[in-house]
Order: sequence, then structure tokens, then C-alpha cells
Amino acid sequence: MDALIAQLQRQFRDYTISLYQQGFLDDQFTELKKLQDDGSPDFVAEVLTLFFEDCVKLISNMARALDKTTGAVDFSQVGASVHQLKGSSSSVGAKRVKALCVSFKEYCEAKNYEGCVRCLQQVDIEYKALKTKLQDMFNLEKQIIQAGGIVPQVDIN
Amino acid sequence: MARDGGVSCLRRSEMMSVGGIGGIESAPLDLDEVHVLAVDDSLVDRIVIERLLRITSCKVTAVDSGWRALEFLGLDNEKASAEFDRLKVDLIITDYCMPGMTGYELLKKIKESSNFREVPVVIMSSENVLTRIDRCLEEGAQDFLLKPVKLADVKRLRSHLTKDVKLSNGNKRKLPEDSSSVNSSLPPPSPPLTISPESSPPLTVSTESSDSSPPLSPVEIFSTSPLSSPIDDEDDDVLTSSSEESPIRRQKMRSPGLD
Repeated sequence: MDALIAQLQRQFRDYTISLYQQGFLDDQFTELKKLQDDGSPDFVAEVLTLFFEDCVKLISNMARALDKTTGAVDFSQVGASVHQLKGSSSSVGAKRVKALCVSFKEYCEAKNYEGCVRCLQQVDIEYKALKTKLQDMFNLEKQIIQAGGIVPQVDIN
Repeated sequence: MARDGGVSCLRRSEMMSVGGIGGIESAPLDLDEVHVLAVDDSLVDRIVIERLLRITSCKVTAVDSGWRALEFLGLDNEKASAEFDRLKVDLIITDYCMPGMTGYELLKKIKESSNFREVPVVIMSSENVLTRIDRCLEEGAQDFLLKPVKLADVKRLRSHLTKDVKLSNGNKRKLPEDSSSVNSSLPPPSPPLTISPESSPPLTVSTESSDSSPPLSPVEIFSTSPLSSPIDDEDDDVLTSSSEESPIRRQKMRSPGLD
């Protein structure tokens, strides 16, 4: 069993590091991990779940606001949702999502419709990609625990 | 967690009854029990700030708007707030950008109230806009934190709250005589952040305030630190640099060279 645990821990470590290296996560995610302890062992997963729910809601708001069939596009409304998404992505360390929101916000301010639509598509892809990656990461954690091991602290350097 | 944005009240009377169970004196609550009112329209941010505060041993009431905050404090109507004078709030921490009432407007209302004007108010914002920071500090905000808020930020706030302002321990930034010890009396830095791809070295101040410069209030003077980066525009991406070595980050920078 020890060999299995060690292997899983290695996998977990490598996977986590890759998420940072590929820019999916930034140091705010590390900050969130600091807030997790035996009393709140699922804190990070819980916050990220809320974040992804937020993504769904906000992206749907943006899509609706960018829908030309209902009339003229209200860029400030789009911008308001982008601002919110930017905030929450920043708070959880969702680096790529946040970076997209920065560009998205600029397109809103410039009232650039095509730019906004492109960003909307990208942000949708990006949050889903992150969600999949994190699910894999949380699964590895679970496997480690089920195998009787502890989830290692990962030093990102 | 206050997921529905509702208010989880923690009034003094309730706290006292809890304390009374163990035969503890009925006098003031445990002074270590800091009660914080957190205000943020973002659910994710509310959860995070709540956790940050709880982990630093604060009791937290989290609400989702300035109006709810005023309601909680009993400031939302004209009736006498006698029943609220036993409400113990040690710190109010609020987001700046909120629909309806901004954190700035909430700050003003709190400072206008006789019951709560002494309560320190901390503003959080995702944007490092100097004029915004100035305005808040001038209106009496105790501190201005840049989002995303980190554990080190909250620990620092917390360390100020448990110290009696009468003790000149150098931690209370409002004491003029402690100005020189602001940096040295900081809590020890948290474990070094090991990932900081965007880490920028601590900058010395070279800010150009676009506004005129009114005289500095004591809070402003002691907010200066050579460690924070006074970028004036909305470019907050560079600000996710490691903060552990600059616990007084994001405070308003005013006069270069003021140490």
C-alpha cells in the first residue's frame, strides 16, 4: 500500500505543479489552501464549487446582455458581470479566467462587440477546463486518502 | 456560512449568556473575541473573507450589501438605537464596489453614526486606485486592502484589534509616537510564498497623486510604507505578487521618503 500511496502522492504533486506552471492557478489558490485544515478539510473544493456556479450564472448573464436579438447591446451590463467574474476568479486563484476577464473588460469599455463575443467564448472554455483539471486534482487527493495516505503540501517553485 | 446573504446575528446579550455558562464574570465579553462585520456582494468573496477571519479567531457576521450592514447595525432607520447599544462590533470590513451602496458610502454612514463611528472600517478593493484609497482614508477608513485578500493581511488587521489603544506597543498605527516603529512592530511574516511568477521586487515610492494633497491625517501618515507598489491605474494584475514580505502592502502611498 505504501508504494501506491507514494505513487499517488507523486502524481498529485506533479499534477498540482503543472497547474501552476501552465497558468491555471496562481498564488491565491495557494492562499486558499492555507485556509483548509482538519476542521474544514474541504474548504478549497467548496469555494471552487461556488466559483464554478458563479461562472455559469455570470456567463449566462453576459450572453444575455450580448444578445443582439433583444435589442441594443448594453455593454455596461456585460461589464458589470465581467467585473464580478474578474473578482471571484481573482479570489480563488483562477489565473487564466481572471486574465481573460481583464481583456474582456477592456472590450466592454471599448464597446467592441466582436471582442466581447470572443472573450465570452474563451471564458466559457477556460472555466470548464479549470473545472476539469481541479476535479482531477481533487480526485487524486481522494485516492491518496482512501489509500491511507495524507495529501502532501506542494511547494511550488 | 452566510450563504443567503442574511445576517447571522451575534449580539452582546447572546455572547454574554454563552460566557455565563462557565461561571465566567458577566462583565464584558472575552476581549479576545473580536466580532467582525464583513460586507461583500460576491458570495465567493464572502466565504473567503469569512474563513480568513474565522481562522484568525474572529466571530464573523457576513452580509451581502451596505443596506444589510446598516440594518444589522441598526442604522437603517430613524428610530432610537437604544436596543443596539449592546451590539458589539469590533471591525467592519467592506468591499468598495457594490451595487446600490458602495463601501465608501457605507463608510460615511458609519462614521456619521454616534454608536459606530469609533469602529474601525477597512475597505477592500480589487483596484488599486490612489484617488479611491485617498478618499476612503480621508473619510476615516482604518485601512485599505487590495483584493484578493490574503491571510497575512487579515492577521495584520487582527493583531491591531487585540491591542488596547492605550498601550503604546507600536502596533496601533494611530499613535503618532509609534510612527517610526510601524515597520518593525509588524507581525512576523507568514511562511514565504513559494510561487510568485509575477513577483515584483518591493518598490520604493514614486507616486504622483493626481489630486491635490491635503494635509495627512495620522492614519495616512502611518500608512506609508516603502514596500507597497503605488500603481495608479486599474492594472491590478501585477499586484498578485507575493505579499508576505510586505505586510503593509497596498496602503496608500503619499510622500516618497517618508519612513
